[in-house]
Amino acid sequence: MTGTATAVDEVVDYDEALRRYDPVLGLEVHVELNTATKMFCGCATAFGADPNTQVCPVCLGLPGALPVVNERAVESAIRIGLALNCQIAQWCRFARKNYFYPDMPKNFQTSQYDEPIAFEGHLDVELEDGEVFRVLIERAHMEEDTGKSLHIGGATGRIHGADHSLVDYNRAGIPLIEIVTKPVTGVGERAPEVARAYVAALRELLRALQVSDVRMEQGSLRCDANVSLRARAVDGQAQDDVPLGTRTETKNVNSLRSVERAVRFEISRQAAVLDAGRPVVQETRHWHEDTGVTTSGRVKSDAEDYRYFPEPDLVPVAPSRETVAQLRATLPEPPGLRRKRLQGDWGYSDLEMRDVVNAGAVELIEETVDAGATPAAARKWWTGELARRANAEGRSVEDFGVTPSHIAELDGLVRSGRLNDSMARQVLDGVMGGEGTPTEVADARGLTLVQDEGALEAAVDKVIAANPDVAEKVRGGKVQAAGALIGQVMKEMRGQADAGKARQLILDRLGAA
Amino acid sequence: MNDITRHSAAELSHALATGELSAVEVTTAHLERIAEVDGEVHAFLHVDGEGALAAARRVDEQRAAGEELHVLAGVPIAVKDVLATRGLPTTCGSRILQGWVPPYDATVVARLRAAGLPVLGKTNMDEFAMGSSTEHSAYGPTRNPWDLDRIPGGSGGGSSAAVAAFEAPLAIGTDTGGSIRPPAAVTGTVGVKPTYGGVSRYGLVALASSLDQAGPCTRSVLDAALLHSVIGGHDPMDSTSIDAPVPPVVEAARRADVQGLRVGVVRELGGEGYQAGVRQRFEEAVDLLVGAGAEVVEVSCPHFDYALAAYYLILPSEASSNLAKFDAMRYGLRVLPAGVDEPSAEQVMAATRDAGFGDEVKRRIILGTYALSSGYYDAYYGQAQKVRTLIARDFEQAFQQVDVLVSPTAPTTAFRLGDKLDDPMSMYLQDVATIPANLAGVPGMSLPTGVTDEDGLPAGIQVLAPAMKDDRLYGVGAALERLLLEKWGAPLLAHAPVLTAKGA
Ligand SMILES: [Zn+2]
Repeated sequence: MTGTATAVDEVVDYDEALRRYDPVLGLEVHVELNTATKMFCGCATAFGADPNTQVCPVCLGLPGALPVVNERAVESAIRIGLALNCQIAQWCRFARKNYFYPDMPKNFQTSQYDEPIAFEGHLDVELEDGEVFRVLIERAHMEEDTGKSLHIGGATGRIHGADHSLVDYNRAGIPLIEIVTKPVTGVGERAPEVARAYVAALRELLRALQVSDVRMEQGSLRCDANVSLRARAVDGQAQDDVPLGTRTETKNVNSLRSVERAVRFEISRQAAVLDAGRPVVQETRHWHEDTGVTTSGRVKSDAEDYRYFPEPDLVPVAPSRETVAQLRATLPEPPGLRRKRLQGDWGYSDLEMRDVVNAGAVELIEETVDAGATPAAARKWWTGELARRANAEGRSVEDFGVTPSHIAELDGLVRSGRLNDSMARQVLDGVMGGEGTPTEVADARGLTLVQDEGALEAAVDKVIAANPDVAEKVRGGKVQAAGALIGQVMKEMRGQADAGKARQLILDRLGAA
Repeated sequence: MNDITRHSAAELSHALATGELSAVEVTTAHLERIAEVDGEVHAFLHVDGEGALAAARRVDEQRAAGEELHVLAGVPIAVKDVLATRGLPTTCGSRILQGWVPPYDATVVARLRAAGLPVLGKTNMDEFAMGSSTEHSAYGPTRNPWDLDRIPGGSGGGSSAAVAAFEAPLAIGTDTGGSIRPPAAVTGTVGVKPTYGGVSRYGLVALASSLDQAGPCTRSVLDAALLHSVIGGHDPMDSTSIDAPVPPVVEAARRADVQGLRVGVVRELGGEGYQAGVRQRFEEAVDLLVGAGAEVVEVSCPHFDYALAAYYLILPSEASSNLAKFDAMRYGLRVLPAGVDEPSAEQVMAATRDAGFGDEVKRRIILGTYALSSGYYDAYYGQAQKVRTLIARDFEQAFQQVDVLVSPTAPTTAFRLGDKLDDPMSMYLQDVATIPANLAGVPGMSLPTGVTDEDGLPAGIQVLAPAMKDDRLYGVGAALERLLLEKWGAPLLAHAPVLTAKGA
């Protein structure tokens, strides 16, 4: 049964909940790999194509079609496993997970069951205050994505109440890696924070591995948050020997912020259920970004039986020691260490570095600095101007068509004195509009600071003459008042003057320097 | 015209190469034969006269233009309806796939077309290859050309009957537990199940993925070898396909030599439950091999006794999953549940599967679903896989002592239509001798040993070889075929009753 959106669950105050209960987390993250082709066929994986244009007999599950494993996907899976400090299986098989659903062409999902490609690892997660928490990884396994159902009609866009449904199989068969943590215990009131930090750290790691686009808003990284509570002892201590409580699995958590909020909500909600003397129902819950609550989805009992068995259409995956060693050699520097190194190189404060990391701009800035920009300018452009524009337009900075070398070139134009900041922003408009490189845009738009001292001096004299009152104030020592004069000089110069020079000239003329 | 249909594929190939016959003439003769007798035999579910003639015309043009052609180019063939054929209906003998026209060719079919074999049509079969009599076809049974009141074996009764009734010189069958070999035995024809992985399964609608294998249905061992070398060989579209050259089957068939060959008679296949006449013809065939210089010993494969039980856990388990895709969502039959307004997807799936699958299919889906269920998996599916390993080990040990193994192919000659329909266990026992080869993945061949004294119906001998030693089957088979032919003076099928169009 589906809970209706109108039924509002009771919650208890978060701090109150934490006094009586100890939360236990389990996080399942699905990562879509960025391989050019699907897991078991040669179809393209590009996001956003017209429905059912990236399909073939294999990923449509037509009678007789057979899967063939994408070797690149296996390599990515092994690299992810290695980066998560996992052991890599020397021999493992795919398995069929059997259940009926219209968006699953074969009515079974080709996945892995008791023989995952990677197992027994860990990921160290740094919280905001610098505390490091080690999350243990149970397993990482390979599987294929399902198609995507679009439910037409009805109020909620969900299957119940819909008039009809459409299915897009473009996503069916896209390679997925499912990464499952062991139960995360002993984090107490920091559970929501740990959940968020874990997903953030994982995303950073996957981005560094270049195995996925890791875009939560496009579903290429999806998190299911399992939460359960167990009662604290009378003295408020956590009890590790007490069996875990009944868990819920919250889906549709599509941003880092939502991960934190959803876990927090579930703790408050489950506490209210337990306080009322009722049992927590084992179920899938749905996170609502807008209202900030979870609602009941499918009741999920342990009796749900997927009848797993080894996939007979595929041969076992058996990476040799040499292959694993070669893949290990391709691993990037661990993001934590790398971050520290780059922060030192760039001279950023902790706060500045955290902003850069949270904005996902580490690589962009690194490339921009490599292309010749100063670290300060690179940070200013990517996490300032461009991030602001992206936010305002609800887009991603990657979508602007602006490259690190564009930004480095732009910074070069500013530093050489050809452009001032406002001119540089106009040049950026042009680059984003596809008008060419920064130099080409500046040339085409005639944007260049006037270097002719005579013209500037003439403009300064003209402005001083036209504003005797202000000039008098400056002469009298009110240096701040010069701002009004500078503005007018810039206007006089149609913006194409160096404001610093103008200021100096005004102060010289008025004997205030 | 009927003279043409009496020729073997090798003879037709020669006549085509010398210009004695054109491909159009050969194809036309077979289409006429189908029109004449298939009303009685019902070997075909779909005949594609137009497509076959177009393919034949193309071969004639290519030959006229002096192009180099495959040895079987212009020799028509019938294809079991379990293989996907682009533009041709593919039903698997099931109502649930009624009207489905695949947008692609199975690799086997693609290779046939590339070699220039005109595809005459699609042959009848037990629904999704589940059965040993072709009575479980949703489109009515196929009849045995030797006696139209009897079954042609199954599941590939259509392919074997088509060849036995001279409707096609060649046919493709598929063999999961014996769907090629027992039908060959009871129709007096030759059938080969190649090594698992020797022929691509891409486009073969899966019954049990780890057991299914497509292979030749013919009237002679050499014809089977020629066809085997067309369809065999590695296919990157099938992960379980073996990346190695096709064994030298044609050479072996031509050499037909058993001098010094060690032949093992499997003790567990041939005692109780085997018809006296079947055993007698089998023993005579073995004696002929001894006379030709083979060494014959008895070999024991103790775990073969558990093969049938293990097979009927593994097959339904895989089938229950393979057949899940038939859900009315994307292709095939769609049935709306009666009396339900705005039915859900699940309700449509259930109604369609209820109406679209026959009883035997439902029986096996239920069996497999149960065997894979948590709590039962280890006791059933898991245990069956262990038996499978032991059977493979029995084969390994046997092949350390001998080069090939032999047994009767099927315990009895063709039974009467309807005789075993209500007794699934006795139906399943028809495959008791052929199942071990599928469980172990080794190749097997059935060829005729003669007709039994008690009922005058054909019986067969099965030859088994180690994996990827398919050529040994052809060496033994061709040698025995020659010895028997000398004994009979004419091919066995020359003794079959003459079929004529009833009331035509
Ligand atoms: Zn595809």
